[in-house]
Amino acid sequence: MLLIEDIHKSYTQPNGAPLPILDIPKFEVAAAEQMVIVGRSGCGKTTMLQVIAGISTADSGSVRIDGLDICRLSEEGRDKFRAEKLGYVFQTFNLLSGFTAFENVMLGMTFTRKSSDRNRARHLLERVGLEHRMDHKPRSLSVGEQQRVAVARALANRPRLLLADEPTANVDPANQQAIIDLIRESCQEEEISLVMVTHAVEVADQFQRVEPLENINRLAKPAKDVA
Amino acid sequence: MSLWTIAWRNITQRGTASALTAFSMSLGVLLVTAVLSVHGLIAKSFMDNSTLGYDLIAGAKGGKLQLVLNTVFYLSEPVENLPYSFYQEFLTAEQQAAELKDMSVENRGKLEDGYYASDTSLAIPVCLGDYYKRFRVIGTLPKLFDDITLDYENNTGYDFSEGRNFEIWNEENGYFEAVVGSIVANETGLKIGDKIVATHGSSDENADVHDDSPFILVGILKSSGTPNDRAVFVNMEGFYLMADHSKPVEGDEEAVASENEAGVKAKRKPLPLKNREVTAILIKTASPFAPIAITNQVNEGNVAQVVQPIMEIFALFKVIVDPIKTVLLVLTIIICFVSGISILVSIYNSMSERKHDIAVMRALGASRKAVMGIVLLESILLSVGGGMLGWIGGHLMLGAFGPTIEAKTGVAIGFFDIAPSSKALDAYLPFGIMISTEFLIIPGLILLAIIVGFLPAYTAYKTDVANALNNS
Repeated sequence: MLLIEDIHKSYTQPNGAPLPILDIPKFEVAAAEQMVIVGRSGCGKTTMLQVIAGISTADSGSVRIDGLDICRLSEEGRDKFRAEKLGYVFQTFNLLSGFTAFENVMLGMTFTRKSSDRNRARHLLERVGLEHRMDHKPRSLSVGEQQRVAVARALANRPRLLLADEPTANVDPANQQAIIDLIRESCQEEEISLVMVTHAVEVADQFQRVEPLENINRLAKPAKDVA
Repeated sequence: MSLWTIAWRNITQRGTASALTAFSMSLGVLLVTAVLSVHGLIAKSFMDNSTLGYDLIAGAKGGKLQLVLNTVFYLSEPVENLPYSFYQEFLTAEQQAAELKDMSVENRGKLEDGYYASDTSLAIPVCLGDYYKRFRVIGTLPKLFDDITLDYENNTGYDFSEGRNFEIWNEENGYFEAVVGSIVANETGLKIGDKIVATHGSSDENADVHDDSPFILVGILKSSGTPNDRAVFVNMEGFYLMADHSKPVEGDEEAVASENEAGVKAKRKPLPLKNREVTAILIKTASPFAPIAITNQVNEGNVAQVVQPIMEIFALFKVIVDPIKTVLLVLTIIICFVSGISILVSIYNSMSERKHDIAVMRALGASRKAVMGIVLLESILLSVGGGMLGWIGGHLMLGAFGPTIEAKTGVAIGFFDIAPSSKALDAYLPFGIMISTEFLIIPGLILLAIIVGFLPAYTAYKTDVANALNNS
């Protein structure tokens, strides 16, 4: 389903020198597979997800999703791909503060060519247990509720691949497990492939496939090397 | 969810700033609406009234424009009068004899065709100077309403909604019959049979009142949208019989009217010709070349001047009114543009805090064009929304000041009156389409919104998604 080959990605430092971040020879995720990538902060986890999502472009290599190499798509093509095939759960939720919970979920369908499905937005909010909070804006929701809205938004466009970047990092312990269960169950129900990034061992332990980032990205240093 | 909804949400999120920018735009559009409507409607009214049913106006030497304003539009003050004999120069001997007979005026000598009679098909004297409340009283002859053709296609003249034209003399009311325009009737509540008492030389209630000579209302004109709607027309013979309306002649009795038998109007003697004056003469010429001939001949003399009212009206607009309108319009458009700049500043200032929201939408699949479109739609909503409020406000203002404008200019303007089309614009439209200049406000606002919204929209377009997300 997801196949990454020979991806290289560098950032330019203020002095103009390149700072290599990613060097991924090969990485694969099967259809409807759920896997987790673990690694310390600042080792390129978010950059890797952004390259997969087409938010950042790789310097070279290919990212194939269902056979489509998004590295060869134009920017507009990558936008369309994200709108129709991808769901993204952010560490900081990234809900739009001026929009209600319902509107934030609707936003996940706004940029697809398909017409927005209000019933699906309602169903997803019910699915995450927020049917009574649909008209609330993010500031009046708890942190756990905000992340549940973010999950519902990521699922709104029926994605083929869900990328979750530290989805429980800002959630209180009581809600962490609920969020993980919600994401995993939803992906299972809708046969969505899941790539989750975390540094929480208790989260990683729940997945069959756990990949340390250093096994994927040659430039990522193992945690023990960090002094 | 549409891009419009997203744009609207962004506007409401910055409620106070959005309301203030929309308000500044509404003030600009209010002024544009007022200028376009007032100028357009007054211009249309003046131009419409240029279908007068006559070609020339003869009056005392002096300002040409003043002669037109007080004769056609009943504005400004008449200056001097003309001798009645000058009016007779536009009549044939036969016409003079018929009029004198109708007026029961003595005929002292053999009548001859007037000097300009052969070039004239219709001449109507008017006497100005008195008022009924705030309305002008015009002394004239019944032929003003009987013989003038206003619409040559349908061969129609003045119509009466009630009653009939006044007569020179009849048993019932003598010389004292009157006809009023529709606005006079509506405003004063006058009904057929009511008495009309004029004040001398002023609309001031404290001015001398001609209570010795009340006129009886016998007809109400249909509304025509012309200054005639707000005028009182009285029989000229009766007008002459009012106190101080007799021209003093050396060696004559001081007040001819006082010779009349007070209280028995029907038997009062008409004013002798030597004591009569007219303020102006409305002339319909007999041939296409006659206006030039009459104008040249009269203007060469010392007695009177002749003007072509349509030429004067067009000159008035070309020389005075249009430039003033242009200056006002440019000023108000500058105000709108400044309001547009305030929209730019408002949206642009919000862009730094909105980069994150834009990046989130991009991450959800919004294209660069979509986020750019959302910002442009915000600009359009603020601009057009504020503009519509201003447009309504402008018309509310017109409704509120309509009576004052009407009193000053004679042009009726209300809430529902919109500015007429512009000839300059109509020339560019196909199929003879005519569009009110007010309807250009909306496309103008959209264009302005796109211009001022472009910079913040381009900032949205250029937003680096990864950077904005990583820095949040």
